[in-house]
Amino acid sequence: MVNLGGIRKEVSIELVPEAQVGDYVIVHVGHAIGMIDPDEAERTLALFGEMSAATGVSA
Amino acid sequence: MNARDDSKGGTVRAGYVRPLDIRNGRIDMGHGAGGRAAAQLIEEIFLAAFDNPFLRQGNDGASLAIPQGSRLVMATDAHVISPLFFPGGDIGALSVHGTVNDVAMMGATPLWLSASFILEEGFPLADLKRIVQSMAAAAREAGVAVVTGDTKVVEQGKGDGVFISTTGVGVVPHGIDVSGANARPGDVILLSGTVGDHGVAVLSQRESLEFETTIVSDTAALNGLVADMLAVCPAIRTLRDPTRGGLATTLNEIARQSGVGMLLDEAAIPVKPEVDAACELLGLDPLYVANEGKLIAIVPAEHGEAVLAAMRAHPRGADAARIGIVQQDAHHFVQMNTRFGGRRVVDWLSGEQLPRIC
Amino acid sequence: MKYIDEFRDGDVARKIADRLATEARGDRQYSFMEFCGGHTHAISRYGVSELLPTNVRMIHGPGCPVCVLPIGRVDMAIKLALEHDVIVCTYGDTMRVPASDSLSLTKAKARGGDIRMVYSAADALTVARDNPERQVVFFAIGFETTTPPTALAILRAQREGLKNFSVLCCHVLTPSAITHILESPEVRQYGTVPIDGFIGPAHVSIVIGAAPYEHFAEEYRKPVVIAGFEPLDVMQAILMLVRQVNDGRAHVENEFTRAVDRDGNLAAQQKVSEVFELRPSFEWRGLGEVPYSALKIRPAFAEFDAERRFDVGYKPVADNKACECGAILRGVKKPTDCKIFGTVCTPENPVGSCMVSSEGACAAHYAYGRFKDIPVVTA
Repeated sequence: MVNLGGIRKEVSIELVPEAQVGDYVIVHVGHAIGMIDPDEAERTLALFGEMSAATGVSA
Repeated sequence: MNARDDSKGGTVRAGYVRPLDIRNGRIDMGHGAGGRAAAQLIEEIFLAAFDNPFLRQGNDGASLAIPQGSRLVMATDAHVISPLFFPGGDIGALSVHGTVNDVAMMGATPLWLSASFILEEGFPLADLKRIVQSMAAAAREAGVAVVTGDTKVVEQGKGDGVFISTTGVGVVPHGIDVSGANARPGDVILLSGTVGDHGVAVLSQRESLEFETTIVSDTAALNGLVADMLAVCPAIRTLRDPTRGGLATTLNEIARQSGVGMLLDEAAIPVKPEVDAACELLGLDPLYVANEGKLIAIVPAEHGEAVLAAMRAHPRGADAARIGIVQQDAHHFVQMNTRFGGRRVVDWLSGEQLPRIC
Repeated sequence: MKYIDEFRDGDVARKIADRLATEARGDRQYSFMEFCGGHTHAISRYGVSELLPTNVRMIHGPGCPVCVLPIGRVDMAIKLALEHDVIVCTYGDTMRVPASDSLSLTKAKARGGDIRMVYSAADALTVARDNPERQVVFFAIGFETTTPPTALAILRAQREGLKNFSVLCCHVLTPSAITHILESPEVRQYGTVPIDGFIGPAHVSIVIGAAPYEHFAEEYRKPVVIAGFEPLDVMQAILMLVRQVNDGRAHVENEFTRAVDRDGNLAAQQKVSEVFELRPSFEWRGLGEVPYSALKIRPAFAEFDAERRFDVGYKPVADNKACECGAILRGVKKPTDCKIFGTVCTPENPVGSCMVSSEGACAAHYAYGRFKDIPVVTA
């Protein structure tokens, strides 16, 4: 069961077996396909439009 | 033949007809055949709910006295919806509100409705009764009378439970000229409240899309709101209710009809957070989702504030907002400054609005 | 909405736009391809291109699943519905893709075909369970994001022993399509299509990870920045691409670290490789036959493969001659370069597939961007 802004919908979490109640997931065609890392989200928000180019993980 | 012994009761009272079995009964082909069964259905379900002097005359049509010095407005609407009952309403209420609003959007005071029902064989009488009572309540609240009607029955599989067609007649007072062709550059565009509520409420019940939400349909009659608006500004140019196709499509219709362009401000368009979230989840755009109790008003700029104040003072317009302006544009584009700081065209809805997959 | 609203903030957008204006060098042009239809949609819906400097141009890529679906594949689904009396289930966008004989799934439905729109592959399974006397085919399309749910549906059908469910598999692979674009003569001969870098897909990368793009960065010297689907993600990714170009770097960078890592979703990858294997070749609309660019169902799951269960061979069908979808999907032409754009070909009557989905380059430009083509007279 996912909750987005007060809307609740049942989705399959078979593809993200590690998901726990309270986690944020990314949903695609009725399936959770990935998880959101809250720390990384904060870091990305902080980097938006910053002067330095020290962004992302260079793979 | 021997007369029965009357002293012990059990007689058939003169004129007695066994009432319809509302709880378990279903529509059968006989209910549309024009015989006694049809007459009984009309009597017990329709007349009982809609009761008024016109119907009581028992004629095939209604004889109506037209108020002097006014123009007549007539509008018709066919209602097919699945599911028939949805959060905040049902097909019955919708069939009254839809037509009452179409008449009101012409600047008219709606007075009379006709209603015709196409019933599918096997449709439960209990559901029919519930729908008809809901229609009657909606008509009473809107101050209109259902003055004539008809019922037909189609075989099972050839209908979707019930289809309801309603036609409304209203009168326009002298001096009012409201039309989709009247928008002029410089006018302001007002919206009576949040968009997308009805469409999201209905979608939430659709098989395979099902989701839980507290959003209910906004289905409502808007003639009271329109009367208050015209009272402060008889010069209102255009009124229209953004039903199918949503706000975006309705504004495009007006732009084309009036030969103008429009510029909207996305941040000013009221959308409930839950509607936003449902659209996010389904890949829909709230600007294209249907409404059944909202209106768009286009008014000369100098009357904008007064009309907006009148809207906000009415319960059906509490969330009213000024969402944009009419501008000159040979291409009749409806454009929008996005909340994000960009600009884009807001086009007609094409096809059905379908959930995106990518 | 957490993790959504913050990424649509107009004030932050202006901040990134200012940085872009400062850092994009005035003496050169920047052309970046956003591969994915989700990014095309975000750029159009939020008006992102309005916020970019004039010398930064976005080229819409082929990453819209319905846009790259060739006519012949849609014909197969229609044939199943009309000639084999099968219930065909598919995603909404697929319904309107033009096929042969002026048909589409929507029009085939109007001719009596039992064709149903589903929200998820699992819904197609439900249809099969509810209609045991009928054959049900899921017309499966999409990139790496829709593939794992299809794999789950097949695995479940096998577990339940469903005898009336099969899949018409049209799943395609992102990396092979990017390779194909990079290998095309127009891109190799610099000057025809100058692609300076790619915005890497959001949801696809959640599944496959960042590693598959490393090859492009190295082999073709093109920077790739993986970005989320929100408009700020896209703008930040463009800024990161500009910086790479300015520095002469060609790396894979990840703007979408909140959801994408190097390896991707291993659980999903495992389900996919259990059920699917590579197709030696698959026809893409616009790109033609692309080697090893699609998946087919493994022999172990043959009974769930609609191509084996029914006699519906694939027959390639040429696109309408006037249609430029092919060149548009490769980034060689813009929608407005097509003679029939907006006249014969409109969202109501799409001729080419790019006009079908709101993620298609043509439909997105038609719906959101047309005002830029013609001077708008304002009062």
